[in-house]
Order: sequence, then C-alpha cells, then structure tokens
Amino acid sequence: MKKELRLMKGNEALAEAAILYGCDAYFGYPITPQSEILEYLSNEAAKRTGMVILQAESEIASINMVYGAAGTGKRVMTSSSSPGMSLMQEGISYIACGEIPCVLVNVQRGGPGLGTIQPGQADYFQSVKGGGHGDYKLVTYAPSTVQEMVDFVFDGFDLAFKYRTPVMILTDGALGQMMEKVLLPEQRPRKTEYEPWGSTGKTPDRERNIIYTLSLQPDVMEKWNERLQKKYRSIEANEIRFEAIDCEDADYVLVAYGLVARICQKAAHIARDHGIKVGVFRPITLYPFPYEQLNKVADNVKAFMTVEMNAGQMLEDVKLAVNGKKSVEFYGRMGGMIPSPEDIFAKLEEKLNHPVSKLVGELA
Amino acid sequence: MNEKTMTVEEAQHFEQILREESICTNENLVFEVPDTLTDNTMHYCPGCGHGVAHRIIAEVIDELDIQKDTIGVAPVGCSVLAYNYLNIDMSGAAHGRAAAVATGIKRVLPDKYVFSYQGDGDLAAIGTGETIHTCNRGENILIIFINNGIYGMTGGQMAPTTLVGMKSTTSPFGRDVETMGAPLKITELIAQLPGTYYVTRTAVNSPNNVRKAKAAIKKSFEYQKLNKGLCFVEIVTNCPSNWKMTPLESNKWLEENMLPFYPLGDIKKPSN
Amino acid sequence: MAKVKGDIIIDIEKCKGCELCATACPQDSLELSRKINSKGYHYIVKIEDNCTGCTNCALVCPDGIIKVYRKTEKKKEHVATIQNVTGDITVTVNS
Repeated sequence: MKKELRLMKGNEALAEAAILYGCDAYFGYPITPQSEILEYLSNEAAKRTGMVILQAESEIASINMVYGAAGTGKRVMTSSSSPGMSLMQEGISYIACGEIPCVLVNVQRGGPGLGTIQPGQADYFQSVKGGGHGDYKLVTYAPSTVQEMVDFVFDGFDLAFKYRTPVMILTDGALGQMMEKVLLPEQRPRKTEYEPWGSTGKTPDRERNIIYTLSLQPDVMEKWNERLQKKYRSIEANEIRFEAIDCEDADYVLVAYGLVARICQKAAHIARDHGIKVGVFRPITLYPFPYEQLNKVADNVKAFMTVEMNAGQMLEDVKLAVNGKKSVEFYGRMGGMIPSPEDIFAKLEEKLNHPVSKLVGELA
Repeated sequence: MNEKTMTVEEAQHFEQILREESICTNENLVFEVPDTLTDNTMHYCPGCGHGVAHRIIAEVIDELDIQKDTIGVAPVGCSVLAYNYLNIDMSGAAHGRAAAVATGIKRVLPDKYVFSYQGDGDLAAIGTGETIHTCNRGENILIIFINNGIYGMTGGQMAPTTLVGMKSTTSPFGRDVETMGAPLKITELIAQLPGTYYVTRTAVNSPNNVRKAKAAIKKSFEYQKLNKGLCFVEIVTNCPSNWKMTPLESNKWLEENMLPFYPLGDIKKPSN
Repeated sequence: MAKVKGDIIIDIEKCKGCELCATACPQDSLELSRKINSKGYHYIVKIEDNCTGCTNCALVCPDGIIKVYRKTEKKKEHVATIQNVTGDITVTVNS
C-alpha cells in the first residue's frame, strides 16, 4: 500500500495513524473535543483490522483496561480530553511504575473544572510535571499540525516500547477538530510475537511475568525508583526534540508549543515586516524539555516571550532553561481563547516598550 | 515425663521402623499442595480464608492444566500480594480496577483464561462501576469475590458488605443503616445482569464448602473455555484479626451471622 | 476385612496454629503442640494414630501445609506401639 495524501480532521488522522501503526487495542470514553477518535476507530478499525475497540464506562476504566491490555505487551492506546485525563492520572501513575508502554492522547480543552470545550493548553503541568502521585515522568509530544498528530502516534509507540514507558501526545481541541492535508504512512502489520516481559501466561521456559507496582520494603522501592529515574535520564539524553525557527538572527524569540507555536510563526512574520527580528522556539517534546538547547539560544537574543493558552505553565521551564541570562516575558490566553498573531505581535511590542524587568527596575 | 536420650542403635532402629511402617509414600499420596501454589509462606493472619481460596484456585489450574494460559489480576487489599503465592502470570491492579484490568487482558488475549481476585472493598465499594459494567458487558472472565464484611488490610474499617450492627473501627457502635446504609448484596445485584452466565456464592469454612467452592471455580474456568460469558464466584470468608476473634470463633460467627444474610448456593445457574 | 489407614505430614514451620484443621478432623487426631516453631506459633501435631486420610484437615488449612496419605490394607496383627520421647510421634508396629 502506497503512502496516501488525504484531507483529514486531526482527531481522525490520529485514529487512522493508530490503525496504520498496527495498534492492537484502544479503550476510550466519549468527551468533547476528542470523541471522533473513538468514533472513527469504532467504524474503521472494526471494518479493516482485528483491533480491539472498546467504549469503557469511564476514563478510569479506560486507563485501567490499557494497564491490563498493554501489560501483555500489546500496542494499546487511549485518548481523552482534560477533565477525562484528570480521571486517568491514577492509572497513569500505575502504568509508569509498572513500566508499561502505551500511547495516551490528551486533546486539551480549557479548564479548570468542566471548563470549556474550546481548546486549551492548561494541562502542561499535569502531563509534564506529574499529574498522578509519585516520582514518574510522562514523555510528552506536542504536535502542532495534523501531520504531527499522525507522526507522533508512530514515534510515540516506538519510543514507548524502546523504554517501556507511557507516552503522551498532548494536543488540543483546535488541532483535533481542524482539517489539513496529511500524508499517511503505509499500513504496518499487527505484532504477533510476545514481549519477553508481557503477562501472557507462564510457559515452562520462562519465569513468571508479573505486572505490579507495589513493594512493602522501602529499600526495594527505592531501587525501583532509581531504575525509573535512570531510564528518565536516558530519555532526557536521547529523545529531546525541538524546532528553532528563524532564531539565528533573531533579537527576540517567542517560545511556544503545539498550535500556539504555529500562530507565533505568523506573529514573527508580522514582526519582521515591522523590522523587528523575531524567531520561534518550539519544544516538540515537552518532557524531556530542551533546556540546554533553549539556553544556547539565550546567548544571542535580547529577550524571550513565552506564549501559551494558559496562565503560564511552560513559562516556568523556559525560565529554568534561560536561567536568568535574558528576561522572559509571558503572554497567555485562557478559558478556550486562542491568541491571534496580531495579539501576540501587539503584546510583544508592548513588552518591548515596557518590559517587566524594566518596570521593576524603575520601581526600585 | 522423664527425658531420655536414645542410643544410636535405638535411634536407627526407630528410624527403620518409621520408614517401614510409614504409609507416607508417593503411591499413597491423596492430597498435596498444588504446583501452582508457590512455596512462599503466606502473609495472611492465622485462620484467614484467603489461603484456602488461593489454594483451590491453584488446584483448579493444575487439574485443568492451564497454568501457561492463565493470567490473574490481583486487587488492592489483603490479597494485594496474591501474585506471591499463585505461580502464574499476574497483574496487580489499582484499587477497585481489577475487573477493568482483566477486561483489557482478555480483550487482547481472548484465548487465555483470565480471572480477577477481589475483596469486598475493592469490588463492591471503590470498584462498583467497573464490576457492574464488566459483568454487564459479559466479559468472558471469572471474577472471584472474597467477602469477609470488612476492610482487612487497612485495619478493620466498615465495608459495603459489613452486616447491620456489626462493629468495625469506623462503625464502632455497629453498622447503623440510617446513616451508613444497608450491606450491599452485590452478588445478587450483578446476577440480574444479562451479561453474567454463572453467579454463585460459596464459603471455605468447612471441608464440604471448600469442595463446593473449588467446584464452582472449576466450572467457571470450563465455562470460560466455552466462551459462555462472565462467571462470578463469591466466597464468604472470615477475618479473625479484624473481627477480633480466634479463627475457630470467626468460623462459628461466620456460620451464625454471615451465612444467614449471605446464603450459599447458585444465584444464577447457567442456562446453556 | 480391608482397613483404611491414613497419615499426614505437616510442614510445622509454616503452621500458624489456627486449629481449623483440628476442628475439621472427624477423628480428633490433631492438637496444638506445646512447642512453638521459629515464627513463634504453636503448631499442629497428630496426637492419635486413627487417621483415615479423609483430607478434611488439608482442605480447610489456610496455609496449604498438610500432605495426606491413604492406604487400604489388610488387617495386620498388632505387635507393639512405639512412641518417641516427646510423645509427638506414635508408631504402631504390626506383623
């Protein structure tokens, strides 16, 4: 089967990517704005492959079905949107501790609470900093195009199995709902062989495979934690992905991820039209975060402005990365509002004229 | 009694008699611990029914010769460490989620035997949603439900199945229906669901009940092989430590109090 | 006339002394020892030689530590009974 160019909605493209990758099972629960993933799979996967599609009774059930199914070594995924993702956090902690590879998708909407069904980026902390209990990390990809909604399903499964760790695709309602052209990869075969660690039934030729997350002995649990941390260090050393757009000659750099990074590119064009040299730095993996890479950018620019659809979450990581070398301004919209390129440019101009650091200096 | 030391000759002679007279040879062996039970000493309190429940599951797995095709799901509760005793592949679920975990496993490995092993707090309180929907979908798995009317692991708090008037650390004056609700007969409840195929209540307090409980588990695995749908075996057990009784007293109390409220027998017989 | 003779082997180190087996035994053959095992439990011992190998004790044992043996044999002439010093083990010597 040849590669195919199609016009697709982000959610449907992501679902199609799961089928094409040879995903074995999807467990999910309807929630706006990502229900198309479950709907698309219920229709397409049933017709084309033997992939298991199950509408669970809740997100809590979904994530625990993922725990069970992925614990056999099969390729399993689920998706939800912000309030549903909150319900899954307990399960994600267990999955991380049990070292179960799987792909999770959060098509974010504005919060907190029931919030809104419009797009948001306010689950950055939840995804990148923990969300569930205990010391674990969730590899987090942030697509900014429908094409990346497809690509990161493939990259996500590959990485999940490489490190035996859960992977999150952190996208938003706008990317989920909008249509773009997308180049679909070839259909891959479903996996038939068992993973050596999968809980599939103890055969005489091997020891038991137990998927569990408990040790009552603190020294054992500490070693377990150390093993996880070692894995995270390895991921941090090898799996960072980012994009630096027009940063070489830039005086100012906008830092943004996902959809907002695209809007920032347009804002940067407007700025350059006005004679202000602006670049865009886009972390593609939010965990592991490109700290060093962004720190290097800080050597050649005058200031940064982080733009997010939240009250300033990635902003903290940007500040950690820049580490005081240059000032880091912030512009955020919340509650489902999407910043326009003009908004961003206007805010950038305003900050250039009245930077927070300068104001603080004047007050002092 | 006077302590006497045997001479070497006497000891050897004694040993020889023992050997010659002993009927403890493989040909006379009529009962031994199943292979599917590990050698680990169980952490359960003296007299706890979990041990018997574990053993009969292991016996059934041995008798059906399905060790290589069986995956169990352990809960959170006293039996959280069930995987230390059952010599099979297992998955340890989060509290209440064993039925969802078992669903996930069975859906991707439909030819394997999958069972969950859950206590009353796990199955009938925090995991009620998963339990009911797993039963309602008629997942082709076995749910083993250990009902001792109390939270054992956390130290004797009130469970959904705690009897009216029964004392626990969180119902110190006895369970009061007005403020705490009535005990939940979840087994009768799930028997109403079309997805369940075989629903039964057993106990392990006497040799005969142990035989019946084992037969129910064996039947359930056989039904699973035939894709009959969900089988649900409740085992009413004791909790000597948290009932604050000796093992013998707890079994007597079980007969006099638990079994009249949770009567033994099939609640839903297979229709075929 | 054929006689059914039974015997059991108890893994006393794993015994927790719950006595459920003693209650289940129709022959009243079992009793708690005055001694304790390394875990500090009084363990169960067979005090009578009237075991029929019915397996009741093993069925109710929560710790799975009882092996049961049963033999159907012709009646033999009783010669002597030997007991060890502690009285824990009794051996009947037949012809």
